Amino acid sequence: MEVRVANVRKEFDRFPALRDVSLDIKSGELIALLGPSGSGKTTLLRLIAGLERPTRGKIFFGEEDASHKSIQERNVGFVFQHYALFRHMTVADNIGFGLKVRHGPTRPSAQEIRRRASELLDLVQLSGLEKRYPAQLSGGQRQRVALARAMAIEPRVLLLDEPFGALDAQVRRELRRWLREIHDTTGHTTVFVTHDQEEALELADRVVVMSQGRIEQVGTADEIYDKPNSPFVYGFIGESSSVPVKVEDGQVWIADRPIGLSAPQAQEGQATLFFRPHDVELVDGCSGCIAGTVAASRRVAGTRRVELEIGGERQRVEIELPVDHPAAQKSRVAFRPRRWKLFPAA
Amino acid sequence: MTTAPAKAGWRFRQPSVIPGFGLTLGFSLAYLTLIILIPLSGLIWRSAALGWADFWAIATDRRTINALEISFGTAFIAAAVNLVFGTIVAWVLVRYNFPGRRIVDAMVDLPFALPTAVAGIALTTLYAPNGWVGSLLAPLGIKVAYTPLGIIIALIFIGLPFVVRTVQPIMEEIDKEVEEVAATLGANRFQIISRVLLPGLAPAIVTGFALAFARGVGEYGSVIFIAGNLPYKSEIAPLLIVIRLEEYNYAAATAIAAIMLALSFVMLLVINLVQTWSRKRYG
Repeated sequence: MEVRVANVRKEFDRFPALRDVSLDIKSGELIALLGPSGSGKTTLLRLIAGLERPTRGKIFFGEEDASHKSIQERNVGFVFQHYALFRHMTVADNIGFGLKVRHGPTRPSAQEIRRRASELLDLVQLSGLEKRYPAQLSGGQRQRVALARAMAIEPRVLLLDEPFGALDAQVRRELRRWLREIHDTTGHTTVFVTHDQEEALELADRVVVMSQGRIEQVGTADEIYDKPNSPFVYGFIGESSSVPVKVEDGQVWIADRPIGLSAPQAQEGQATLFFRPHDVELVDGCSGCIAGTVAASRRVAGTRRVELEIGGERQRVEIELPVDHPAAQKSRVAFRPRRWKLFPAA
Repeated sequence: MTTAPAKAGWRFRQPSVIPGFGLTLGFSLAYLTLIILIPLSGLIWRSAALGWADFWAIATDRRTINALEISFGTAFIAAAVNLVFGTIVAWVLVRYNFPGRRIVDAMVDLPFALPTAVAGIALTTLYAPNGWVGSLLAPLGIKVAYTPLGIIIALIFIGLPFVVRTVQPIMEEIDKEVEEVAATLGANRFQIISRVLLPGLAPAIVTGFALAFARGVGEYGSVIFIAGNLPYKSEIAPLLIVIRLEEYNYAAATAIAAIMLALSFVMLLVINLVQTWSRKRYG
C-alpha cells in the first residue's frame, strides 16, 4: 500500500513537532526515518498510524484520505521499542489478538487463528513457543513476537518505532538482517524509525533524514552518504570535518591562503567546507593545501585519527590516516580533501 | 546434589552479602509472636478449655450461625461492590485530570482516618427512615438502616479505600503503549478494557477485595449504629462476642472468635494462593 504524507504539520501545545512535511512512500518499500531525538521522526510515524492527529495536512493510504480515520480503521501494524506485549497472554494469544477482536464474519475461527499464529511464529523463527508468556522470553524474542502480532492482521503498512533500540548490539545486528529477510518475503510496506544511521543505511531502501521537524533529505544510502544536500545531513551521516572558508575568484581560501580547491560554480563569500576525514590526500610542501599542527592523535580501530590545528584561529579538523603512516609522527601535516562540498555560510 | 549436606531437609536461602539478615529475621519473628501469635494462641487456648461438646453447641447455635452468616455475607457483598466501584474511582483518579482531583484523592482516605463510630452515626442519620436518603427510599419500600442492607452500606464505606489504594498504583504503571498497540490491532475501547487492561489489574483488584473483605468481617464500630442489632436478623458476629463478654461468658466469646479466626484465615489463604498462581504465570 502506498502512503502519502501531504504538507503535514503537527503541534503539541502550540509547539511545532512537525513543520510542513511531505513524503511519498512506495508500495512494498522499506523506508527509514532517521534523525536525532526531537527531530519529529516518531511523531511522523504516529501520525501515519493514527495515534496522533495532524494539526494541518493530510495522510493518504493509496488514493484514500486516511487523515480522519480512527486507529482501528487504518489497519496498520505498529511495533514499539519496548515491545508492548500483553503480559497476561501467551505468545499465541498475543499474536492472535488482532484477529480475535474482529467482529462478525471477518473474524476467523479459533482454529484458523491458532493456525495463523503458529504460521507467523514459524516466520519469525520462534516455532514451539506458543504457550510461553512474554516474561519467559528474551528481549529479541519478544520483539519478534511483537512483529508477528503486528503482521497477523495483514496490515496495509507496517510501522516500527525504534524496533531494535532496547536490544544489545549483537542481537540488534542479527535482527536487522532478519527484518530485511522478512520484508523481502512478505513485501509489506514498512516504515521504521531509528536514530542509528548504520541501521538506517544498511537496512532501508530509502532513508528519510529529519531534523527539527523537517525532512532534510530523502534518498538511498548512496545518495545520502555521497551527496548530502545540507550541512546538517553532511554532519549527521557518517564522519565529517568542517572548516569555515571564503570563496573568491573561484578558489577556496582559508584565512588568506588558497588551499588548492577550485569552485568555479560556488557563490562568492563566506562558506563552510565539508569533507570526510578518510577521504583526504597528504601532500608535501604546502602550496595550495590545508596545513596544520598535530594537536592529538588517536588510534580508532583500523585507522589513526589525527586532529589538526589550522589557520590563525587554530580551527580544529580531523583526518584519518593509515595506522602506520609516518605522517602521524610528524608535528606538521599538510593535506587536501579528495572529495568535498561547500555550503554557503548561513 | 552429591555434595549437598544431608543434615537438613531444607536450608535457608543464601542471604545477600548485605548484613542484617539474622537481626531483621529475629526481630520480625519476635514482633509477630508478641503482637499476633501469642494473643491468637491465647484465644484458641481459652476456647479449647471449653471442651468439644460445648464448643460444638456454641458453634451450631442458631444465633451464632446467623451472626457469622451476616458478618461474612455482608462483608463479601460490600467487598464485591467496592471491587467494582473502587476500581472505577481509581480509574478516574489515575486517568483524568479535573479540578479538585487532589481533593477527591484525599477524600478516599477519610474512611481510614475517621473514627468508625462517627461514620456509623453519620450513615445512620442519613439512612434512617426520617433521614435525607432514608426518607427518599422509604416510599419505595426500601429499608436501609437497622437491616443487613445498612450493614452493607457501612462496610462499603469502610472498605472503599482498600480497593482504591491497592489498584491505583498498579493502574498508574499501565503502559500506554499496550493500549495503543491494542487499538492498532483493531480492538475497540471496550475490548481494550476487558481484554487488555483488566486482566493486568486483576491481582491488585483481588488484593483490594481481600483487604476490604477482611476489614469488613472484623468491623464493629460503624456497624453497630446502623445495624439495629436484632438477634438472628442484623446482629454481626463481633457484636455477639461483645454481648457474650458482657455476660461474663468468656468461653462462648472465645469460641465464636476462634471460628471467625479460622474462617478468615482460610479465605485469606485461598485469595493468597490465587495471587501467587497468577503472579507466577504473568511474571
